[in-house]
Amino acid sequence: MVKALYDNRLAVDIAGLKMKTPVTTASGTFGFGLEFQDFLDLEKVGAVTVKGTTLEPRAGNKGQRAVETPSGMLNCVGLENPGSDYFIEHTLPELKKIDVPVIVNIAGSTPEEYGELAKKLDIEGVHAIEINISCPNVKHGGIAFGTCPESAAEVVRAVKANTGKPVITKLSPNVTDIVEMALAAQEAGTDALSLINTLIGMKIDIDRRKPVLGNVMGGLSGPAVRPVAVRMVYQVAQKVNVPIIGMGGIMNAEDAIEFFLAGASAVAVGTANFCDPRLAETICQGMLSYLDRHEFKNIQEIIGLALPK
Amino acid sequence: MLTKVIVDAKVIGQKMLSQDVRQIDFLAPEIARQALPGQFVNVQTSTHTAPLLRRPLGVANVDPEKGVLTLIYRIIGEATHILADACTGDRISIIGPLGHGFDLQAKKPLLIGGGLGLAPLVYLAKNFCPNPVEILMGGRTKKELFWMDIFEDLCEAIHITTDDGSLGAEGTVLALLPELLQKGGYDCIYVCGPEPMMKAVVEVAAKFEVPCQISLEKYMACGLGACLSCSCGGVHKRLKVCTDGPVFWAQEVKEW
Repeated sequence: MVKALYDNRLAVDIAGLKMKTPVTTASGTFGFGLEFQDFLDLEKVGAVTVKGTTLEPRAGNKGQRAVETPSGMLNCVGLENPGSDYFIEHTLPELKKIDVPVIVNIAGSTPEEYGELAKKLDIEGVHAIEINISCPNVKHGGIAFGTCPESAAEVVRAVKANTGKPVITKLSPNVTDIVEMALAAQEAGTDALSLINTLIGMKIDIDRRKPVLGNVMGGLSGPAVRPVAVRMVYQVAQKVNVPIIGMGGIMNAEDAIEFFLAGASAVAVGTANFCDPRLAETICQGMLSYLDRHEFKNIQEIIGLALPK
Repeated sequence: MLTKVIVDAKVIGQKMLSQDVRQIDFLAPEIARQALPGQFVNVQTSTHTAPLLRRPLGVANVDPEKGVLTLIYRIIGEATHILADACTGDRISIIGPLGHGFDLQAKKPLLIGGGLGLAPLVYLAKNFCPNPVEILMGGRTKKELFWMDIFEDLCEAIHITTDDGSLGAEGTVLALLPELLQKGGYDCIYVCGPEPMMKAVVEVAAKFEVPCQISLEKYMACGLGACLSCSCGGVHKRLKVCTDGPVFWAQEVKEW
């Protein structure tokens, strides 16, 4: 039973996933949520999206994994995670004690692996599955599926066939036509879309004359990518019927509002969790102020208001 | 159980320790009362989008009664330049205390440090007082070893090496370490400094069978164990420098 917060003015329903606030956490930036409990009340976050999970544990990439760039950062963590068994046995029981929906971000090397993982996670305590077909930092799977519409559709179908939970597909911005990818995922049955994952970038150490990151290239996130993310949500929202979770460089309520106006039904706070670990909770105050200031009854009323009539 | 807090700490003073090294003191009672030697804090130098991330700095000292937190940093990039411009009275957001500090069981400790790695050793040395503490510090030249003044009151003996021989023995800390371990009777080494130095010390410590604690530094974004930017390889498991460390027993870390 989801308790009401903020008089329900911020409540949203993303394909059956009921969120008390329209704010979740971008996968990979919030750990498993438990790491942030000293700073915020997880029950006041719309949903916790956990770190990308794979069937088997992964060690991630070697060498330096993160570096700051202008108004952003690059990372090449490479999906390090303790694996699905560990998550189910150790992490999920802790999350189940907290009244907050849990979205599990999943990644695999083959559509079958995605399917198997979805089946394994079709259990109590998991409220939705987010398909990661957009991780730029792993050799097999990840973005390989996210840049080809047919492959993306295949993964979505494999997951849908194996779970009764709402399925969210997280798209990569590293494509020529984001709308084509979104339509392919919708056609294959995804219940919602997350836009956007990181943009591929790199940084060179001019003294060592070598790439800074161990994996050479990494995913760019933070405010630097926000205009790209807003643009993609705006384009996709005009063509699809499924709800969109907008993300990319949200640092405050005003940034979040932009995504709603572009057509998102919910948002995720990502890199900003590193700057202010309270933000996924505190951002709601500013969103309510916006609604008051402009005399909107609830957040639903502003979704897509900036889209062409 | 320690609680991590996020506070708007008030700057109460900055001191120039060398041309590019500063000491900054904050009024941050919640952190000062809890922080243990070897722990760190994550400092937000700007409230704009650049520099974006917080900067992790080791706790160089605390005065729990007065609520004072002391950090020592080198001015190297944009964020530390901004920090150097902070004035008394300014408020700076700090998260802490973070990580896992030093094991303080040693009866006869030898502290070894180089560069800014000496900062957390100040608080560690203070913690051992009035029991005798010895420190071995290495620098490139005499100019880098302004640390002597800081450790003078805290340590029974200060051993020094410089690459150019301008102060103490010529060479790296390895120039003195075997001899010290031969006759010193130390029951634990605490090392914090550049990676090659720590790796070399770990090797010598193993040869002399003296337990060794290392304080690692890795690029980190969150400092809370969430982003996994700073993870490294342990024995049959992954370790996070920010939450499992930054202090480890040398044998716990296999790949760093």
